[in-house]
Amino acid sequence: MSAEKLKLYQVGTFAVGNRLLDPEQRTVQARMERSNTLTSGHRACRGCGEALGARYALDAAMRATDGRLIAANATGCLEVFSTPYPESSWQLPWLHSLFGNAPAIASGIAAALKVKGRNDVRVIGQGGDGGTLDIGFACLSGMFERNDDVLYVCYDNEAYMNTGVQRSSATPPAARTANTKPLGDEPGNVFGQGKSAPLIAMAHEIPYVATATVADLHDLEDKIERAMEFHGARYVHILVPCPLGWGSEASETIKIARLAQETGLFPVFEAEAGEVVAVSPIRQRVSVEEYLRTQRRFAHLFGDPPRADVIAQLQSRADRNIRRFGLLAEEAA
Amino acid sequence: MRSQLEGSLAVAKAVALCRPEVISAYPISPQTHIVEALSDLVRTGELAPCEYLMVESEFGAMSAAIGASAAGARAYTATASQGLLYMAEALYNASGLGLPIVMTVANRAIGAPINIWNDHSDAMSQRDCGWIQLYAESNQHAVDLHVQAFRLAEELSLPVMVCMDGFVLTHAIEPVELPTQEQVDAFLPPFDPRQVLDPDDPVTIGAMVGPEAFAEVKYLMHAKQMQALDLIPDISGSFSQAFGRTSSGLVRTYRSADADTIVVALGSVLGTIEEVVDELRGEGERVGAVGITCFRPYPLEEIRAALQGARRVIVLEKAFAVGLGGIVGQNVRLALSGHAVSVYDTVAGLGGRPITRRTLRTLIADVLEERLEPDRLAFLDLDWKLVERELQRVSADPRSGPHAENILRDIGSVAASAHGGAR
Amino acid sequence: MFQVRIHGRGGQGVVTAAELLSVAAFLEDKHSQAFPMFGSERTGAPVVAFCRFSDQPIRLREPIVDPDALIVQDPTLLHQVDLFAGVGPESYLLLNTSRSLDELGIGEFLGTLRADRVLAVPATEFAREHVGKPLPNAALLGAFSALTQALSLDSVTAAIRDRFPGRIADGNVAAAQAAHDFAVVRRDEVIVHA
Repeated sequence: MSAEKLKLYQVGTFAVGNRLLDPEQRTVQARMERSNTLTSGHRACRGCGEALGARYALDAAMRATDGRLIAANATGCLEVFSTPYPESSWQLPWLHSLFGNAPAIASGIAAALKVKGRNDVRVIGQGGDGGTLDIGFACLSGMFERNDDVLYVCYDNEAYMNTGVQRSSATPPAARTANTKPLGDEPGNVFGQGKSAPLIAMAHEIPYVATATVADLHDLEDKIERAMEFHGARYVHILVPCPLGWGSEASETIKIARLAQETGLFPVFEAEAGEVVAVSPIRQRVSVEEYLRTQRRFAHLFGDPPRADVIAQLQSRADRNIRRFGLLAEEAA
Repeated sequence: MRSQLEGSLAVAKAVALCRPEVISAYPISPQTHIVEALSDLVRTGELAPCEYLMVESEFGAMSAAIGASAAGARAYTATASQGLLYMAEALYNASGLGLPIVMTVANRAIGAPINIWNDHSDAMSQRDCGWIQLYAESNQHAVDLHVQAFRLAEELSLPVMVCMDGFVLTHAIEPVELPTQEQVDAFLPPFDPRQVLDPDDPVTIGAMVGPEAFAEVKYLMHAKQMQALDLIPDISGSFSQAFGRTSSGLVRTYRSADADTIVVALGSVLGTIEEVVDELRGEGERVGAVGITCFRPYPLEEIRAALQGARRVIVLEKAFAVGLGGIVGQNVRLALSGHAVSVYDTVAGLGGRPITRRTLRTLIADVLEERLEPDRLAFLDLDWKLVERELQRVSADPRSGPHAENILRDIGSVAASAHGGAR
Repeated sequence: MFQVRIHGRGGQGVVTAAELLSVAAFLEDKHSQAFPMFGSERTGAPVVAFCRFSDQPIRLREPIVDPDALIVQDPTLLHQVDLFAGVGPESYLLLNTSRSLDELGIGEFLGTLRADRVLAVPATEFAREHVGKPLPNAALLGAFSALTQALSLDSVTAAIRDRFPGRIADGNVAAAQAAHDFAVVRRDEVIVHA
């Protein structure tokens, strides 16, 4: 990744577009010619991180591929709110098959394009954390190990949101969901479970793996465009806060995503062929408590009695990520 | 060209002649030789251009076929038994989306208990998933059905499964006439999809449909499948003209026109049934056979026509509806409602138990001599003594152990153990 | 119709033997069918394979219960599996063994068969000599041809060449030839004695 990080607050990551910026350095979103691949009129909740992430990712992918893109979408919020029959907000060829097979569908599309010699057209597979990490996991791993020419994007809102906020393997420990309520000895989702999709993707040694959040638009777009420079299996994992499921303010989606990164709870990095090649350093480190307080799914940690012990455990996880990925300049491994 | 070869290989060659563009393969007995042979054909370039995907499961196999077909490629896969079940969700998806995928099902029993041998429980379990279901009687028939299947699927825009008895046909080496590439190309034009994922003309496929439109969409699926009842005989006729041999389309009759007693069945057992029909005819019995080639859509009128005039119809099937009775039997009764005819449902061949001339002759004799009652489910060749012993054992002690082990011990296949298995 | 049932163990080429017979019959413009009966693949387990051939098309799909010829590739099956089920007084019996038939402990049963239709062949030895591996199937087929004269040795060797590449085919053909010649000598001896 070779974009220059500008230190001026005005035109850094907080700026979607700014007339002081060189046109070439503007985000896709800031350009008139953006595809609006996920166009307006969809039925997402206000403040939906996934709608934002999908628009950002797909417009960047469309720019990178000159609009020659086909998408395979898993069942989930994105699929449901974007295609309220008979309307569709997709402006690219788009197929929704099942919950658990988006990676395999994408593999099939890629194979068809290859056999027809259509190497100008690229494929994106996309889905939420449930469809990607749980029910779609076997298909995802198969796509990775075959190195099929697919970019898979996971929009991670850390639970099965469309069905009413149930726990997935991406749900963080201590988080409240409909089936991990703050009842009993361990309030919320238990510690010691869950899996890291980006690390698993890296273990397959596929050409490119990256994580991103909706807080850093330049970074997200760069990563999608970078991914499109590769051929073979690629994976981008985007943290997308869900105001409804997380119990957060609709207007704070981007802020919360930023806090997730700046606590270290959500490491933002890039990897190629199984090795980390770049990280987004934490500019101003934030305690996990500040992040947790923004979401009602963690409210029980501040209740009666407060659970400082659990917060401390979460802080350790953040600390570990910071160490592991070298997220603080002075603490680089 | 006439060759002596294994059924699986014959089918692989027939499929290759149909120029599939994407093949997704996951191995399961007894289909393995088909996907292995296709892999060889792709690797040597004999089948090209073709992408051969080694997927992670049958669910992945059907899903990849769905993606490929939606993107405009002629797609093919093969499976059996457990694999067919594992892709069940995707089967419904493929038919709902109207994708003309062709799949071979090497019929095999479904567990538990696990069993790798032939019966029809796998395909029967998916009879209502919206796929067209064809059953081959021989390896020649299987070859011919596959060629017709691609054309049928693409003309209707519906997926087709070609069923062939696992091991009995897939692993049987017998003479097969394989068509030439020129013949198949003339019969099967390139795939021209009704809708396709293409950046030059974007479409959204697979949206949610609510209560206000779902019923109509489903009805249209049914109506579309019913069109196959007209299209299959057409294609079968064209096939005859193009390839110089008849290939059963919907239903095939054997000496049934003046028969008093007709045996109805699907698949390879029809060969043995025909032998028995000939023997009994030689002894003065007016017996005939009807083979159902197309089970879905169900050719009700053709079956009714084939069976009219018979006083007795014996349905012989290799699967059954647990808790109810015969599956094919129920479907046949539907065709015969209102007719004065006795229908005998017999289940045979489960889990690969051979169906022989001897047992068939006994069955027909039992029917003719009224030792069997119509309208009561019968099991051919079942060892009732074993069953009764086991039932007694279980009622005496619900913890007497697994049925299968007790039965095998009774038969002597498993030595009586030191752990006190009751004898 | 001529029906052959072949018994052996997994890994001994029983299924291939049946296939080769069916191809040999095909090459003689006969209709033929071959198919196996086995469990999940594993070496050493008992395997049965069948071959039918006829001047008429074959429609039957049942296992062969009344074989015209029985080939036993592995004599250790003798007292383990019901090998002889359906073998009638006119049936041919071909056993792979380097021992004499008397030593196999089936003398009483053999007494029910025609002496000129029973033969013990050291097929494994022929195979070791000509193929370099203890795969007795080709040798047994050569002996089958001589014993029953239901299919010619030329057809059998053509089927072998059709199935196997170059040197492997050569070895198997040599084994078949050797066993064939062995069988002819024994066959003629029995006729002389009769």
